[in-house]
Amino acid sequence: MSNDAGIIICRDVHKWYGSYHALRGISLSVRRGEVIVICGPSGSGKSTFIRTINRLEEHQRGQILVDGVELTHDLRSVETIRRDVGMVFQQFNLFPHLTVLQNVSLAPIWVLKMSRRKASEIGLRLLERVGIPEQASKFPSQLSGGQQQRVAIARALAMTPKIMLFDEPTSALDPEMIKEVLDVMKALAVGGMTMIVVTHEMAFARDVADRIAFFDAGQLIEQSPPGQFFAAPQHERTRRFLSQVLQ
Amino acid sequence: MFRPRVIPSHSLRLWRDTRVLRVVGQAVFLAAVAAGAWWLLVNLQANLRSSGLNLSFRFLRHTAGFPISEGIRYSPTDSNGHAFWVGFVNTARIAAIGIVLATVVGVLVGVARLSANWLVRKLAALYVEAIRNIPLPVQLFFWYFAVILTGLPAASNSIRLPGAIYLSRRGLCMPWLIPTASFATWRWFLVGGAVSAVVVYAFRRLQLKRIDRPGIPILWSVATLLLAGTVGWCITAGRPLALDVPVFERFNFEGGIWLSASFLALLVGLTTYTGAFIAEIVRAGIQAVDRGQVEAAKALGLRRRNLLRLVVLPQAMRVILPPLGSQYLSLAKNSSLGILIGYYDLLNVSTTIFNQTGRAVEMMLLIMGSYLSLSFLFSFTLNYYNRRMQPVEK
Amino acid sequence: MPDDIGIAPSDNVQPLPPVDGIRALRWARQNLFGSWFHTVLTLASAALVATVAFGLIRWAIHEARWEVIPANLKLLLVGTYPTDQMWRVWMTLYLAVLLLGFSGARRGGSIRRISEVAAGASILLGILPLSLGVRVWILGTALSVAIGFGLGCLTLRNGGSSVKRVELAAWLLSVPASVILLNGVGGILPVVEARAQWGFLLNLLGATVGICLSLPLGVLLALGRRSQLPAVRWVCVAYIEIIRGVPLITLLFMANIMLQILLPDSIRIELVVRAMLTITAFSAAYMAENVRGGLQAIPKGQREAAHALGLNSILTTALIVLPQAIRAVIPAIVGQAIALFKDTTLFGFIGILELLSVSRSVAANLEWRGTVFELYVFIGLLFWILCYSMSYVGRRIEKALGVGQR
Repeated sequence: MSNDAGIIICRDVHKWYGSYHALRGISLSVRRGEVIVICGPSGSGKSTFIRTINRLEEHQRGQILVDGVELTHDLRSVETIRRDVGMVFQQFNLFPHLTVLQNVSLAPIWVLKMSRRKASEIGLRLLERVGIPEQASKFPSQLSGGQQQRVAIARALAMTPKIMLFDEPTSALDPEMIKEVLDVMKALAVGGMTMIVVTHEMAFARDVADRIAFFDAGQLIEQSPPGQFFAAPQHERTRRFLSQVLQ
Repeated sequence: MFRPRVIPSHSLRLWRDTRVLRVVGQAVFLAAVAAGAWWLLVNLQANLRSSGLNLSFRFLRHTAGFPISEGIRYSPTDSNGHAFWVGFVNTARIAAIGIVLATVVGVLVGVARLSANWLVRKLAALYVEAIRNIPLPVQLFFWYFAVILTGLPAASNSIRLPGAIYLSRRGLCMPWLIPTASFATWRWFLVGGAVSAVVVYAFRRLQLKRIDRPGIPILWSVATLLLAGTVGWCITAGRPLALDVPVFERFNFEGGIWLSASFLALLVGLTTYTGAFIAEIVRAGIQAVDRGQVEAAKALGLRRRNLLRLVVLPQAMRVILPPLGSQYLSLAKNSSLGILIGYYDLLNVSTTIFNQTGRAVEMMLLIMGSYLSLSFLFSFTLNYYNRRMQPVEK
Repeated sequence: MPDDIGIAPSDNVQPLPPVDGIRALRWARQNLFGSWFHTVLTLASAALVATVAFGLIRWAIHEARWEVIPANLKLLLVGTYPTDQMWRVWMTLYLAVLLLGFSGARRGGSIRRISEVAAGASILLGILPLSLGVRVWILGTALSVAIGFGLGCLTLRNGGSSVKRVELAAWLLSVPASVILLNGVGGILPVVEARAQWGFLLNLLGATVGICLSLPLGVLLALGRRSQLPAVRWVCVAYIEIIRGVPLITLLFMANIMLQILLPDSIRIELVVRAMLTITAFSAAYMAENVRGGLQAIPKGQREAAHALGLNSILTTALIVLPQAIRAVIPAIVGQAIALFKDTTLFGFIGILELLSVSRSVAANLEWRGTVFELYVFIGLLFWILCYSMSYVGRRIEKALGVGQR
């Protein structure tokens, strides 16, 4: 059920942690196949925002619609949305007591009710796609950081999501492993996946993003295509941030 | 025309609303628990009514009518309430002494397990492994029935230890200090000494803070107390305390203090048992202090005494304190095993009172209440010291 | 060395390596007599050990009346279990060692070592001077281990992954199966009366049932204690703190006296069942605290990742959180299991004739007066062997799990 209004529509989203106003009226739309990069100083609400999209955090005011389904307290809506939205975390969060292949095939078996054999096939194919099929029977602790994050991406992809959320996917990686993960993400973007990526990797943003959104102190300050964003930022805070981040 | 798959909020199904589910879930749970408790209470009331005993604590004022062979002053004509108190004091007494002794044993054995001396190390390990794997009731029975009742001679043939201490099947008799006529006067010197000690402590602390140097004010307080005591001793006519030496007359010892066989067996059993566990805790605590810390401190020129006090012990204590506290609580709870070997502790006295009066629920509440209070006291103290020990973390 | 002596230069250039004897002396000097303090310590300890050891050995050989043990062995170990039904006790033992051999063959490691020890011990015990019938039964144990081992090897070659599930089911079912076998079921197997007089068998049974039941209950309590719903949390906290604040013996007393008052006359719970329920309820509180430690150690991100994948709370807990939490606290759980086994000796307090109580009545017998030392040495040794083995297994599991952080 595609439409031009956007596969993700956020209207005036607010969130409070107790008395702390973390998100102050965020309005953002993402069209199918778009890649949005969210950047900003720490504490600006970037992670909080994308975590409201798959209901890892609850918003108190405003509307969030994912593929036409509104996120409310309704249990069914949460379950539906989580099936369509995949997430990759900064700390990978792989399940240490399961093998790599078991990590990837767990959700298809238990949530999509797939047979074990079919889930393993899909899992192996995805591990090939991210470039590490030979690690299938190893445990996460035996893999490098970059490999673990790629497994995490394969794990999220196993649920055939319509949207992929990335919460600072390379911030916990050693520098030499960042590229292998970014390459996988680039391939995903080229393949037409709708992605929202919170990151500090500005080169990646310039190459891959359709739009860059700048967050500061809980507000969406500005959003524009990379060319315009880097060359002609419209707000003072954006300029200040860019001057700090770009050498 | 775009029609979003929105679930309109006004028709939000109640059974899928996460907020509703939480409240309902709790309500159902509470209802189930309450229903269970209600059913038990109904049965309780019916059974109590049929046996003619309604819930009341008045029986505590009735005459106890049974003897308690050791403890504070008591006779069978005292009330049940007083009997209970005697049992409580007995429990507190053996718990306190046991904790002190077990700590001494535990620290010694724990340090011994890390000794450079191979023989000492192996013996300590043997002790710990042997004691920890034998149930405490078995050990208590061993000490009581085997060692004391069978192994020791009768009172008339007591083993005499230096200093007029007599060990026999009946227990241990040893000299004790008893107050004389002039004790009342001396007591005032002690009270005055205690008050001055507190004043001196506060004064010294303020002084140290002013000159901004570390010190140990408690030593000054102890010195003050000792000074007051000694001065009082010299001034009062006659001796305030006299030594009461036990003498064997006809069938039994008169004078001195008597520790029953049950008390001894329980004390030895609890001390050795808990001591083994404390030894492991101490060992783990000392080993937890990083080698690098000691090396760094030595490199800074800290002498061995200061090194132990300022670097090793504080860090070791942080690891040792929580499990140590729970071992102490464990010892206090294990004192209830005294009932198995005839020690008149809280549980023993309570079961006797129950057997006499049939008051199950009331005695149950008293017993549980006493142990729970002890337990909360321990936890509270432990948490207090724990918080003081914690490093300030981000 | 001058060349004309005729010894090749290389023969005498290297110093000879130290002889073993000298090395031993050096070790002794370092570890036993390093300083005057240590020398005194060593000599004092050695003297102490020597006196105690010689005294013990002298007593054990000359004065001790060891006949008290074999004469009362059946009474101590199985109490008044009818002699003609003893085959059921043996069958229970055979079932356990069969499974042990089976799992030992399939998995190797400590389980295999335990099954080997069991087989070896039973062969050794079969040599002892006991009656012929008993010796046959004892040797049958070794046979069961062998059969189990053989079956295990067979399935290693032929069986598939379903054998693992059968193995797990067999272990879990063995507990109720043993209980039914020992107790009897009306109609099929004659019910054995006087269940409260089975001696050491009761300690074993109580411990097994207690551990098997208190672990799941403890897990539920631990989960409840961390629940988001305040009502559930408070009830679980209250239960755990109250149970942990009182000694087990008071709970047994309560079970003996109070339970009847709280129940209608129509429901009567038998003594042994009451004791097992009490020890389960008691141990569950401690298990709950152990599991809670494991639950707290799981990073929040694990749950978030599971939720993000679409797993609901129940699946998340069952598949992700609990496996990791329990694995992390297995040493503590084994410790609690050992403590529970030791606590079964308190059953005697409410009139159950388990090992310790039986020993008291044996010691009270005129014929065996004064044999308390021998009895308690035997009992102490019995418990020590079993508890030490359990803690050994626990340490091995800890080591195996520590590797690779699975």
